[in-house]
Order: sequence, then structure tokens, then C-alpha cells
Amino acid sequence: MKPAPFSYVRPATLDEALDVLGSDPHAKVLAGGQSLVPMLSMRIASPTTLVDINGLAELAYVRTDEDGVRIGALARHVDVETDVDAWRVQPLLRHAMRLVAHPTIRNRGTTLGSVVHADAAAEMPAVAALLDAAVTVASTRGRRTIEAADLFVGPLECTVRPAELALELQVPALRPGSGAAIDEVTRRHGDYALCGVAAVVSVGAAGAIERVRASYLSVSPTPLVLDLSEAFVDGSASDANVDAAAEIATGAVDPETDIHGSADYRRHLAGVLTRRVVRAAHARATASDAQGAR
Amino acid sequence: MTSPPEILAPDALHHVSLTVNGAAYDLDVPARRLLSDALRHDLGLTGTHVGCEHGVCGACTILVDGRPMRSCLLLTVSMDGASLTTVEGLAEEGDRLAPVQQAFKDCHGLQCGFCTPGFLTTITAGLEDNPDPTRDEAREMIAGNLCRCTGYQNIVSSVLRAAEIRRARDAQGPASREDQP
Amino acid sequence: MTTKAFGARVARVEDERFLRGRGRYLDDLAPDALHVAVLRSPHAHARIVDIEVDPVLDLDGVVAVYTYDDLTGAMAEPLPLLIPHPDLTHGRTQYALAKDEVNHVGEAIAMVVAEDRYVAEDAVGRIVVSYEVLPPVVGLDAARAADRLVHDDVPGNLAASSTQATGDALAAIGRAPHRLSLNLDVERSASTPLEGRGTLAKWDTDSGRLQVWSSTQTSTGVRAAIAAKLGLDLATVDVITPDVGGGFGVKIVHPWPEEVLVPMAAMALGRPVTFTEDRREHFVSAAHERAQQHHVEVGFDDDGRILGLYVEIWHDHGAYIPYGLIIPIITSTQLLGPYKPPVYSVTFHSLYTNTVIVTPYRGAGRPQGVFAMERTMDAISAALGKDRADVRAANFIQPDEFPYDQGLIFQDGKALVYDSGDFPQMLDKIKALVGWDEFTAMRDEMRAQGRRVGIGLACYVEGTGVGPYEGGHIQVETTGKVKVSTGLTTQGQGHETAFAQIVADELGVRFEDVEVVTGDTRRMPYAVGTYASRAAVMSGSAIALTARSVRQKALELAADALEANVDDLELRDGVVEVRGAPGAQISLGTLAVLSNPLRYAFDEASKAATQFSVGDPDKVPVPEGTSPGLESRDFYSPPRSTFASGMHAVIVETDPDTAEIKILTYAVVHDCGRLINPMIVEGQIHGGVAQGVGGALYERMIYDEHGQLQNASFMDFLMPYATEVPETIDIDHLETPSPLNPLGIKGAGEAGVIPSAAVFASAIEDAEGITITRMPISPSELFDLRRAHAGSDDAVVAALEGDS
Repeated sequence: MKPAPFSYVRPATLDEALDVLGSDPHAKVLAGGQSLVPMLSMRIASPTTLVDINGLAELAYVRTDEDGVRIGALARHVDVETDVDAWRVQPLLRHAMRLVAHPTIRNRGTTLGSVVHADAAAEMPAVAALLDAAVTVASTRGRRTIEAADLFVGPLECTVRPAELALELQVPALRPGSGAAIDEVTRRHGDYALCGVAAVVSVGAAGAIERVRASYLSVSPTPLVLDLSEAFVDGSASDANVDAAAEIATGAVDPETDIHGSADYRRHLAGVLTRRVVRAAHARATASDAQGAR
Repeated sequence: MTSPPEILAPDALHHVSLTVNGAAYDLDVPARRLLSDALRHDLGLTGTHVGCEHGVCGACTILVDGRPMRSCLLLTVSMDGASLTTVEGLAEEGDRLAPVQQAFKDCHGLQCGFCTPGFLTTITAGLEDNPDPTRDEAREMIAGNLCRCTGYQNIVSSVLRAAEIRRARDAQGPASREDQP
Repeated sequence: MTTKAFGARVARVEDERFLRGRGRYLDDLAPDALHVAVLRSPHAHARIVDIEVDPVLDLDGVVAVYTYDDLTGAMAEPLPLLIPHPDLTHGRTQYALAKDEVNHVGEAIAMVVAEDRYVAEDAVGRIVVSYEVLPPVVGLDAARAADRLVHDDVPGNLAASSTQATGDALAAIGRAPHRLSLNLDVERSASTPLEGRGTLAKWDTDSGRLQVWSSTQTSTGVRAAIAAKLGLDLATVDVITPDVGGGFGVKIVHPWPEEVLVPMAAMALGRPVTFTEDRREHFVSAAHERAQQHHVEVGFDDDGRILGLYVEIWHDHGAYIPYGLIIPIITSTQLLGPYKPPVYSVTFHSLYTNTVIVTPYRGAGRPQGVFAMERTMDAISAALGKDRADVRAANFIQPDEFPYDQGLIFQDGKALVYDSGDFPQMLDKIKALVGWDEFTAMRDEMRAQGRRVGIGLACYVEGTGVGPYEGGHIQVETTGKVKVSTGLTTQGQGHETAFAQIVADELGVRFEDVEVVTGDTRRMPYAVGTYASRAAVMSGSAIALTARSVRQKALELAADALEANVDDLELRDGVVEVRGAPGAQISLGTLAVLSNPLRYAFDEASKAATQFSVGDPDKVPVPEGTSPGLESRDFYSPPRSTFASGMHAVIVETDPDTAEIKILTYAVVHDCGRLINPMIVEGQIHGGVAQGVGGALYERMIYDEHGQLQNASFMDFLMPYATEVPETIDIDHLETPSPLNPLGIKGAGEAGVIPSAAVFASAIEDAEGITITRMPISPSELFDLRRAHAGSDDAVVAALEGDS
């Protein structure tokens, strides 16, 4: 299990990186490499050239303001997980991050890299989709921003083009009166989820539920975001409403049977986890103190 | 538009400077050389073991600038300028076993010893972050490393014992425990 | 008085080097060696039409490529069938490199030798093989149906059928007041040590010697295989076992193709050559175990006492059968556990499939046998509405019945006679340890909280310490250091410590002065190997006997030197003293000098020796019947196996929503006779239990219908992390010393894993009220069972209200 030969370049500037990517359609970006390197070693991926962006220190940032969190291409999962401001503004990032593999992987893996790797079994794409995040990409032709809704197109496939480098992930702040939660069922602690659900519940001034959205891992080819609001017409988090939300979920997900779980089981989990995360997110949305809201 | 940087052929050697266990190394490696292989075969530091080469078992875990990482998931060429600590670099001055090493011996935290280096490095960093873990936190600290021999019972105990030894050595004076990398 | 080392929790001497990163495992050796990569079959069943190696030869860094056509002499013959058996009528083994046909994904076809592994893998990728793909036989159902054959000349895919019986079991069952029949399955799993296989060979042209290092469980076996295959005199081949990163059975097979191919290449090329198996290769080219189907018929009385037991077993041994029938023989015999059915009949069928070969994995057929027997005990209990522990107790062999002859032939060809044990006392201990009698109250309390819990119990007997023999060699150096060697190998069991404990006590030296070497044919060329929980029993006993003879030799020399009677001498901490004569003493180092008539004064011990005079001046310096040197080599050969035993109990909680299975309590009572080092024994139990948890709840080899292994990675073969094993394992020991060996010991290595599938099935069945008939079980499968069960009736509720 050793990688096939490839060329390697470690650009000193962003422009240099974009030049290489622009001139070689089979070049690949190396950031954290926690998904890429095993694929190289198994010779599943055989890029001509690796463009190592680890020298571009200007991309290693997590910047937070009241609008949200901006995550540079070289921010490691651990940087996002431990960023106190990011935690305050968008707590779902930390909740989700703690479910990503193991800490050793999070020390090197990058959050943006995980999003554009577009694995529907991974937490970060599902969270990006749920939170209406956006990814800014650059090429020699300029920059563009891709909304999460337009990002994921298939298994391990997203709309970032080969000549483009994903620069930044923008994650909007959790709006006041909203609560977010994520939960998943894995075979072993740290494994990819058999099914995972992240949800945001928003309540109005009177505490009535106004909007419920949930995002699903491992039960569709791309991260699946569902609007469950219609289950909560009377604004309450009653058992009946939560059950109705779970029913919407089990009807909408399209899981496949694989070696770790049957499609029926995953569909069932989508319902179970929908109940759990909607309740947890609702509790946070209606918490009386800032601590409880996270 | 700038001209693209020169791209060397796939089999070209790249010069890399590393600090490993406090010593400076210069080596020339092909781009595809995994860091685990460079440590073991180019530098002769065979204490770091390779158990799966896909980042799941944790046997190859080393400290990169103090943080545990899988050396099988790192390309040597990408590590230019990094400071690494491997199992060979854990012992304290005078070759005294570090608290984590001593704890593994005290608690029978190892059997065949193959996965052990990855546990030692992981726990060394883990105790820097959390010097006084509960048993649950100790289990969480090692949750990304596979061991096929011990059933983990004595490794969890070793984490707690290591925390104890660290505290005891700290109490004897700051000089009694080397600063961690 | 010196503390006794035997029985003490002595810290391990091997730990220092491992903790400092100074262990020497196979891939750590010979940095100048050439590296091997192997082209392996991508097909489960195919004819090889053509192999084109030309594209490889001009690749920079490639030194050599071998295919079957390059093999000559014995190398061109199939690899040996190690353990023949009269019932093994259709034994087939593979060639070192495939000839004409491949029979499982991963079978070796070509070997590349190159400057490094990277280049070797590049080269493997360039070899072009044309195949005629054949339909594969995957799984036991397909093998039994025999619509397709693995080997054209093996009808029914059947290598062997074998029957043992103590009477007409079906007739006895027919006469019984109650009868049950069960079908019980266990899936494939594997040892999966963290270090894969590996072999390094150096051919020394100056001395004409071949030196081979292998990550093996038997260096003497590898040595004999290499000598035979390469046409070398045994005396010119050394096999040395370096530190080994776990074995668990898979490293007992010899030779692996690479174990003979690598030395062959090293001799041909005149350069060191090394093979380090990677993880993906290990999944498809090492060995698996466990896959078996069992049909049980049982008749019993109102107390649950078995009156007749009939078992039929179908064993999946994979594409070839190098290790013979050991596993199904063990299942057939060890299935009986601590019980004594008056009439028992068992038949097994060993079947070929187009999958990886099957050889013993820790437990070696026992987990399946115990699963079949303990499921049967639970079924009897359920049928009678009786407590599961009571039904087991009704069937126990009683303490006054030892030695107990089960009337069968064991895997070693000897009678299945249990040497010692105390099963009723063990049952009392496990019930107390797990809180068996209090569980009903706990379950009711938890059920009131909406939680679902269940308790399980499983018992086993494990034949350990099988023969034929092991040896020990002990030499006292003039420094007083004691050098010990034994031929079997070590994979983490702490032999350097445990054997040193034995020597310290038996010889009368300080533990610190003893150094033990294992698995090096230069030091001990006669040995069998490390498997079947035999190392402590076999080598421990051999070393004890050797230490006793060195001690006798030392005392006789000392008596001569000190002009005293042997009976008045005491040897402790490496010094012989005359009782009641302070100052009259002599050290072992000095005795080592005196033991050799050639006495140059090289060191202090030699000078000290000059004050003593030994030997009869009227005799030659080395009289007949003596030998120079304070050393001895002795062997231990037992009449038959020892029998360890144990009982496990577990309390699990199943999530009513997600069907996840959580372990709340795990308890073990264990009898391995006298304990050499309780710390090491407990470590072995911990590891076995964790492996058992893996086998029961997480691990399996999943083949698709094309014979492709679907989960050949640590991502998908779910070995437990710390978060999947019990938070604590409560252990209690029982010591019924074996009468068969000088130390009263039995083996402990495999025990922890043996009852796992059975005990978890029992507990999950108890929690869910759903009959569990196959293991392992995943949450997804439990979910499916729940739905199937809910569809049938409301038996869940009824069963949940049954007894525990």
C-alpha cells in the first residue's frame, strides 16, 4: 500500500497554486490529506501532481463575526472545534466536529477539505448543507462563491472544478431563537455514521416553533436537507409533532443497504435520530441562558 | 499572471529538513514517500510502527509540533521544517522512562508492543491537554488507537497512572519532568 | 528468604525495549534488504491463461520477477499438508506461486523483488495476467449444494467427513421425554494481529548459511519447511523469530508462500530480501476462521439433564487445507465443555470454498462449539422454564469424577480425558461475581425506566498444553548470569518474564540475572510452536525440569568444592551455602568456571575459582556421563493435554430504538491451574474478551457472491477500539492444579475469547426475548430480528416475562 508516483509542488503563493491547477487538469490539492493520502496509498487516486497548499499560511484561519464563521482552506478541524468565538456564533460546528473521526485525524484534516470531499457519510458536508454555508473558490480566471445547495452533486462529487481551489467556507451564524443539534449512530465510536441527523429549530418570540430543518448523513447520495416545519403547524414540540417530523424523514430518505446496515435499518434510524435531534435543538432554542442554547 | 512554479518529475528527489526528537535531519525523498516510511527506513527510527497504512489503527501516531498525527497519512515532502517527536524521543533526560512509559510498565499496558508507540505519543499529548483525566476521559483519549492484545483495560489504567506520575514528578520540582515538545 | 517469583505479579522485562521504541520487529531489520511485493489474484476462481512480466523488467529498481515457471524442484510442488488425517481423503494445498489456477482472491501469482516496496508495487501493477474466470463457490450453502466445485477433482467440495460417537445418540434422544433441534451458525472472522506477516532472508555466501527471520509462531517449523523446499541441509538454515506484533493463530501456518519464496530469492540474488505484508494483503492472503454451521439434536429429562446429544457440523476451510482437520476436530470434542452427556455423536464435514484459507484463530473451533452447546443449554432452559444456571449445573462433571474420560479422541490424537477442575464451585463464583441472583430485580427496575437489559452465561473447557514436547536449555555463565532458551516463539505473552520467574525459583537465582530467548533455532533447534495455549505448560515445564538439573549439577559441584554433603547445601540468589556453616559458600558463576576443566583466568570468577578444587584426580577431566559447563538441555513431553476451564457472564443493554448493544457488566471466572504471573494471565483474559466482543458484535469477513472480500480494511473490518469493549472486566480465579506437569499449570492464552459468541447470544436473547441462532450480530440484524419477531406474534412480551 504505497502511492504511485506523482509530481509535487508546494506553491509559495496562491497565484502559483492556481497556475498549476489551471495548467494540469489531473492535479489535486493536498491540504490535510486525511482522506486523500489513504486513497493514494491504496492507489484509488493517482493524480499527476499534488499541489500542497500547506505553505499558504494565509489560508489557516477561523474568523468569526456576528454574521458567521469564515473558515480558511488550511484551518484544521481542531482549529474550528476549539475556536471559542465560532462556538458562540455557530455552536453546531463544534457539536458536529466532535463526531468527525478521532482527534488525531482532526489535528490534520481540514474542515473545508472535508466539505469539498463531498462524502455524504461525513458530518461536515451535511452541516454545511443544513446551515446554508457557502464555499468561495478561486482559479486563474477569478473567484466565485458556491452556495451549499449547489455544491453537492453526487457521491464524492461537488461542483468545485479541477482548476479551482476552495479557499474559504462561510458558515452563517445561528440566528437568535434557534437551536441546533446533531446526533448519529455509528458501528464503532468515530466511524462513519450508519445514519446521522443534524437539525436547526427556530422559535418565535412566544416560543412557538416556526421552522425546523434537518440534514441527513449516509442515507442519500448527497447530503439531504429536509424542511420539517410542516410537522409543527401548532408550534409545539409535542410527541405527535415530533413523530410526524420523523415520518417525513423516513419517507424522504433513500438509503442503500451496505455491509454495515440494511436500508430499512438506516431509514428507521433517520426517524429515531430526527426525534432526538429535533428535541435537543428545540431545547436549545428555548433555553433561558446562553450556555443552554449551545 | 505569474509563470507556474517548476514541477519536477514524479521520481525526482525533494530536499526536506526535519527536526526529530530534537535532532536536525536533512533528507532527499521522492514526493510519494510516506512520513512513516521516511522515519523508519530513511532515518532508522523503527520505533514508529505501521499497522494499516490507511489511518485507522493509530500505531504510527507521532507528535507533529506537539500534536498527535498519523505518520502514514503524511507525505514526508510536506513536512519540511516540522518538529516531530517519535516514541524514541519520549524518555526523559538520563534515559528515565517518561511518565506514560513508566505507567505502561507499571500497569501491564502492553503485550506484543506493536501498537504501543502510537498509544504512548497519543497519551503524551493527551495529558498535556488534560492532565487529570477521569477514567471515561482516559478511554476517550485512546479511542482512536487499535490494540489487539490488551483489551484496553490496562491501557486506560496506564493513562490514569501516567497522570499520577506526572503530578508526582511535578511536585518534586519542575526540573524533574522535561517540558513536552 | 528470597521472595518466590512464581505466582507474583512481576513487571515484564520485555517492556523496556518496547516502551523505548527499541523492539525489533521483522520490518525493522536489515535496512539494506531488497523488498518484495506480490501480485495476487483479483478473482476468486480462475484459470491463468498467460502471465506477461516483460513490462516490469525494464522498470528502474526492479531486480527480479518470479512466477510459477521459475520454480524448480520441491518449490514447484504444492506446499505441504501439515497435519494429515485418515479421514482427510481430499486434501489440497496451494503452490507457492499459482500454477494454472487461482482459487481465492489474494492467492499469490507472481513475486517482484525491487529496491524498495514502492517500486515493487509499481512493478506488480504492470504485470499483465490473462484469466479465464470461473464461477466461484462462496459460503457454506454454496459449498454444500456443490452445484459448482472449487477443485475439479474434489466431489461435493468435501475434503473430509469424520464421525465420533460414544453410542447411539439418536436412539437415546428418541427415548428422552423432551427433545429439541437447533440450527446454529457462526460467521468468518480472523486473528488480525496489528503486525502482518513478514519474512527476511540473508544468504551468506562466505559461510554457506541461510539465515531467515520470520514473524512466525513456529521457527522450527519454518526452518524445516525452508530446508525441504530449497533442498538445504537443516544444519545450514537458521530461523530466528524477532519481536512479533501479535499472532493469535494466523502465524502458525508454515510455510507461507513468501516464507519459502523470500529465501529462494535471497539465495538467487545474493542479497538480503524482505517481505512485509501490508494490511490489505493480510485480509486476502493470510488466513481466516470461525465459519461453521451446526445442527444439534438433543434429548433431556425434566431437570434439563441431557440424555443424548447429536451434532452435525459443516466447516468452511477455504480454498486449501494446509492445516488439516484440527479446527472441526476441536469443535467436535470441545463442544462438550464441562458437561457429560451420556451418549454423544458428532459428525463434521470440512468443505472447500473459493475464499481465503482457514487455520486456527485464538480459540480454534472452540468458540463455535461452545456457541452450539451453550445455545443448546439455553434452549433446554427455555423449554423447561428453568433457570439457565440450574440446567447447566445438572449436567456438570463433578469434582470427584476427575480424571474424566469423555470417550473421544482429541486433536492431539490422545484420549479426551479432563485432568482436573471444579465446575460447581466455578458456577457459584461466576453467579456471585455477576450478580446472577440479583439480576431479576435489576431487570425489573430498569424495565420500569424503559430500559431493556439481559444477562447471559456461558461455560467452556479448553484443552491446553498439547504435546508432543518442548525443550529448555539453560547455561550459567561465569558472571553468574543465567541464559535460558526455549524453541517456541513469543507474540506478546511475556514469556521472557514468566519463564524467568520459573527459573529464578527452580534454580535459585535472582530474577534479574535470568535472560530468556525464544524462537531462535540457533539456541534451541528442537521445538514445536506457540499455539493451543501450550507455551506455559510445555516450555514452562521443560524449563523447570532443565533448571532442576542445572541446580543438581551446581549442588554436586559445590559439594565437591566445599567438601560438604549435597543435602547440607542451599542454593539461593545464585549462591550455594553450607547450612549452618557461615562463610562456606560459592557462587554459581564460580561453579560455572569449575564445571569446565579448561580454566583460563579470563575473568574474576575464574580467579575466584582457583581456591577450589573439584573432580576426582584419578578420573579423566570429563568423566563418562558428565559434560563440561554448568548447563543442561531437557525436554518435557506430556501424556496428554491439560484442560483449563472458565465461565463468563455478561449483562447487556439493548437500545429499544436503535438496537445498539451496550455491555454493562462483564465477568470472568477462570481456571488455568497454578498461575505463574497473575498480571500476565489477566492481561491475556482482557485481550481475549475484547477479541470475543469483536467476534460477537463487530467483526466478520463479508464476501460477495463473486468471492470478493467486501471489508478488507480497518475501516470496515470492525476491530473494537477502547470504546467498544467492556469498561471493566471482573475476574476471579480458581486454581485446580494439573496433575500432568511439574508446575501444576494449564494454558491461559486463548481462554478469554472462547465463550464470547455464546455469552452474548444468551444475554441478547434474554434482553429481547428473541431466539438468537447466529453470530455475530449487529444492530441492523437485531433490528431485522425484532421486526420479523414482531410480525409473528407478541412473543416478545411473553418471553421478556420469562425467567433469567
